[in-house]
Amino acid sequence: MNTMNSGISAEAENQDEPRAASVAEHKPEDTVIEEGKTVGKPFSDDPKFKLRNVEVFYDQARAIKNISLDIGRNEVIAFIGPSGCGKSTFLRCLNRMNDSIDICRVKGSLALDDHDIYDPKRDVVELRARVGMVFQKPNPFPKSIYDNVAYGPRIHGLANRKSELDDIVENSLRKAGLWEEAKDRLDATATGMSGGQQQRLCIARAIAVSPEVILMDEPCSALDPIATARVEELIAEMSESYTIVIVTHSMQQAARVSHRTAYFHLGHLVEVNETNKVFTSPQHELTESYITGRFG
Amino acid sequence: MQTANLLPLVLVLTLVAYGLAYMRSRAVAAPLGGIRNLKALPFYYAARAALWCAIPALIVLAVWSGFEGKVIQSIVIASLPQDTWPDSPGQASLILSQISNVAAGNLNPDFVPDHIAGAASLLETTESRSENFKAILVVLIAVLGATFAWTRVAPHINARKNVETTLRRIFFVCAALAVLTTAGIVFSVILETLRFFDRVPITEFLFSTSWSPQTALRADQVGSEGAFGVIPLFTGTLLISAIALLVAVPVGLLSAIYLSEYASKRMRSTIKPILELLAGIPTVVYGFFAALTVAPFIRDLAEMVGLEASSQSALAAGLVMGIMIVPFVSSLSDDVINAVPQNMRDGSLALGATQSETMKKVIFPAALPGIIGGILLAASRAIGETMIVVMAAGLAANLTANPLESVTTVTVQIATLLVGDQEFDSAKTLSAFALGMLLFIVTLLLNVVALKIVRKYREQYD
Amino acid sequence: MTDQRSQAEIVRNSLKRRYRKERRFRLYGLLAISIALASLFTLFADIINKGHTGFIKTTITLDVTLDSGMMYLDDPTDEDQRSMADFMAPIIASLQEHFPTADSASDRRALGSLLGTYAASEVRDLLIDNPDLLNTTQTIELPAHDRVSVYVKHADNPRYTIKLSEQQQRWVDELVEKGVIDTSFNDVLFSRGDSREPANAGVLGAIVGSLLTMLVTLIISFPVGIAAAVYLEEFAPQNKITDFIEVNINNLAAVPSIIFGLLGLAVFIGLFGMPRSVPVVGGLVLALMTLPTIIISSRAAIKSVPPSIREAAEGVGASKMQVVLHHVIPLAMPGMLTGSIIGMAQALGETAPLLLIGMVAFIVDIPDGFFSSATVLPVQIYLWASSSEQGFVELASAGIMVLLTFMMSMNALAIWLRKRLERRW
Repeated sequence: MNTMNSGISAEAENQDEPRAASVAEHKPEDTVIEEGKTVGKPFSDDPKFKLRNVEVFYDQARAIKNISLDIGRNEVIAFIGPSGCGKSTFLRCLNRMNDSIDICRVKGSLALDDHDIYDPKRDVVELRARVGMVFQKPNPFPKSIYDNVAYGPRIHGLANRKSELDDIVENSLRKAGLWEEAKDRLDATATGMSGGQQQRLCIARAIAVSPEVILMDEPCSALDPIATARVEELIAEMSESYTIVIVTHSMQQAARVSHRTAYFHLGHLVEVNETNKVFTSPQHELTESYITGRFG
Repeated sequence: MQTANLLPLVLVLTLVAYGLAYMRSRAVAAPLGGIRNLKALPFYYAARAALWCAIPALIVLAVWSGFEGKVIQSIVIASLPQDTWPDSPGQASLILSQISNVAAGNLNPDFVPDHIAGAASLLETTESRSENFKAILVVLIAVLGATFAWTRVAPHINARKNVETTLRRIFFVCAALAVLTTAGIVFSVILETLRFFDRVPITEFLFSTSWSPQTALRADQVGSEGAFGVIPLFTGTLLISAIALLVAVPVGLLSAIYLSEYASKRMRSTIKPILELLAGIPTVVYGFFAALTVAPFIRDLAEMVGLEASSQSALAAGLVMGIMIVPFVSSLSDDVINAVPQNMRDGSLALGATQSETMKKVIFPAALPGIIGGILLAASRAIGETMIVVMAAGLAANLTANPLESVTTVTVQIATLLVGDQEFDSAKTLSAFALGMLLFIVTLLLNVVALKIVRKYREQYD
Repeated sequence: MTDQRSQAEIVRNSLKRRYRKERRFRLYGLLAISIALASLFTLFADIINKGHTGFIKTTITLDVTLDSGMMYLDDPTDEDQRSMADFMAPIIASLQEHFPTADSASDRRALGSLLGTYAASEVRDLLIDNPDLLNTTQTIELPAHDRVSVYVKHADNPRYTIKLSEQQQRWVDELVEKGVIDTSFNDVLFSRGDSREPANAGVLGAIVGSLLTMLVTLIISFPVGIAAAVYLEEFAPQNKITDFIEVNINNLAAVPSIIFGLLGLAVFIGLFGMPRSVPVVGGLVLALMTLPTIIISSRAAIKSVPPSIREAAEGVGASKMQVVLHHVIPLAMPGMLTGSIIGMAQALGETAPLLLIGMVAFIVDIPDGFFSSATVLPVQIYLWASSSEQGFVELASAGIMVLLTFMMSMNALAIWLRKRLERRW
């Protein structure tokens, strides 16, 4: 698994590199972005998340600049953009994973089902039980496969009996497409699995607490193409019952899995639209430069 | 001339050699058109001369000083009339101390037998002769070495290579000193231990349950060697160490967890150095605190609730020792906890776990091997700790598990057996070395195992 | 969807219980820290409480008439006469002036025992230095006996037992009122060596012994430690020998200190025939003990020198040794110094190995060289702490304060050095 993984992650990293820059007479870097002006369709009729004028600061530095966006119910939305554009930071606001960073402050109004996420009275544990997250690097706990999946239900007390817990684990593994591979070695330690299996395990672990939303932070960047395809299939299946927000470096992936795509640039949300519109007829020149590979 | 004065002399000679060789190298270079025509910079010729001057001279000085005491002693002993020759090393050291006392003028020569007085004057003359010879020899070698190097200041010789190789060898010797130290430790405990086992069978030492080495009153007494069963010492050591760990592990671990997971940056940066103060306090201070404050306090407290406690209870020594190793446990646990990758924390928090759930169910199990390694290291500390127990634990070897009673430990016995005037070669003195060996082996094993566990754990997350 | 709703309900209901646990867990952490801090505080408070009186001495100031007849002494320069003379008599006579009724032999004895054993020798020394003072009246400050000192300083402290008779207590009370018995800063503590009598004992001998011992330790362990670290980091080939050396160093760092005492006893004293109780042997033993600490911290300092600097120097054709001597060692020096100072501070507080090589002897004289019998500060503290005389307890605590002051200044120096010389790459 190691050899494969390292080869693939190198490839994944390559995607961060600037795409072969065919130097145009007009440099996209020079384009002035008007703050808070997002082209396309940032708003939705039945929003799961209603995010208005969001700003994120690291100490003095402003990482997210006045972003307003709706994320619809049971929608898959992809965040794309060059490295350091703030898409991961923005994603981590949605379940307050930024709380653990001392210097990070979030401004603006962020609501999940019309309840403010950053309300001081809001319970972050409950929020995270509803808004799950899958990380860039697979991070299974150094425990057995079973214990990994059962971790969430156990801490939240979701199962009254062992058999209920077994059911939750089996269902989650099934949904993550891992059941057939894992059912005979549920007691094996999770760190012995391949990278792709580990990532699907992390997805199973996230859906075991039945969240309403799943945030995915470049879930495939450490995986090989076959494993990536499996995860993408999974995302498509899950979109029936969950709201999914996915940050990705791969535009192909965004095109394949998402309903809507949001393009971030230097902390601004430049354009949001139906995915096929973004990729076939982008309205903003920066978006166009990015998807045509003029910069990365 | 005294060794203490010889050292600066050699240093001065070395500086002179350096200066002369430096000037000579410039002088040699001048007709050739400057120092660029030398194989090495003048500095290296000079440094080589300094090394040639200092190193052989210092080696001779060290060897001579190391062995002159022993050699002179045997010369003096050999000069004694045959019928007064000592029959045991113990007697020899007695006679020698008498002789040296006379020689030093502490003892009036009129009050001792003639042969002692004669030996004393012999001692004095031999010592001064040895000093003189040593001084002459060392200076001679230094000068010879410097002269040799001085003659070899020549443009075609690459002095830099020579100097660098020599320096490198010196560096190696310094590093190898650690091995020499270990060898010295092993050598010093093994020899005496083997002699001890000649007198007292190893099975008795390891399995007998009574220890009272001081009972030998007369040489012809039956059972004059006393009792040498190490078990009560070992249980005493374990009892005190266990109490210490019972204090140190929860306190150290929980404070490490609090500081790394909950405390604000400011709190962390104030509390951590304060906790580390505990580690810097000398053990004799803890011993003082244990013996004069904690022990009486515990005795009074026990009396108040109707228990009987010794004024040198194991509890007092253990508690204070526990406090001493708190910073040790906490800094080790801190390292180990911080080595657990952040994404493990994120993974758990993102599922809606609280911080304590993350800590207890994810981080702690992941860090457990490292923490166990740290606890083993702390245990080895506790077992080897001397001053606290010397001052606060007792001398009587009680086989008990009652923390309110007085117990003794391996280190206490080593210290008390070897402090003050010893009779060389008595089983009593030798037993201290056997205890030392036991202590060395046990702590070494603990350390090796602990370091292995910790290293393995580190590699897991590298 | 219904599934998600009901689960959210369950989660919400579990929250109260879980947050209780969270708070309890935090509380345990806080409790642990408070225990540690409280212990530290208690330790310091206890030592200061016990020891601050060690810095105070009790003196009896008397107008003593140095009557030659009373002392049986005509000529203070004559040694034979001096050895027979009674220097105590004029002191007691002068005390009696305060208490004219106390003139029985037992009263005189009781009065005399208010003074320390060394009161007589103070008078003698005064007369040796100034023979002209014979038959004059001088105001002399004399040390009070330990019992008087305890009574004056600790009359209300239940830890101390008052060993003065009722009569003596009344006398002392009166003398205190008259200002004859007074307390002042204990300069004896910093100007004398050890003594059998607390009033006459000081830490100077131990401080000098510690300094001499530390000097030997420093001279050996600092250069050797750095050389060893440089070898292991820069020159050592990857082989079994290097591994063996490293394993040895790591293990030595954890060998109990008393074992080093055994090494010193068997090798330096037994094998090489070096004298017992001397700073050289103590320094050697402590040097071997601190070496691993210095090596380990120096290696860390060398490791933190970035490879780019090595490459830059090698790039202009410097030899490996030149790179090390010109660049690596100077750049790593702050870290090496810090580590060494911390190691030296540890060595300064070390007691156990020195017990075994005889540095526990009772030594009155201030040591005057590396080969003269000496003791060190922590051992002196140990000796006083295990002494039965009450006055030594406060001296031991005072000694601890002196020792801690030394150690803390060393640590402060290390921190300051680190801050001052710290380089950021």
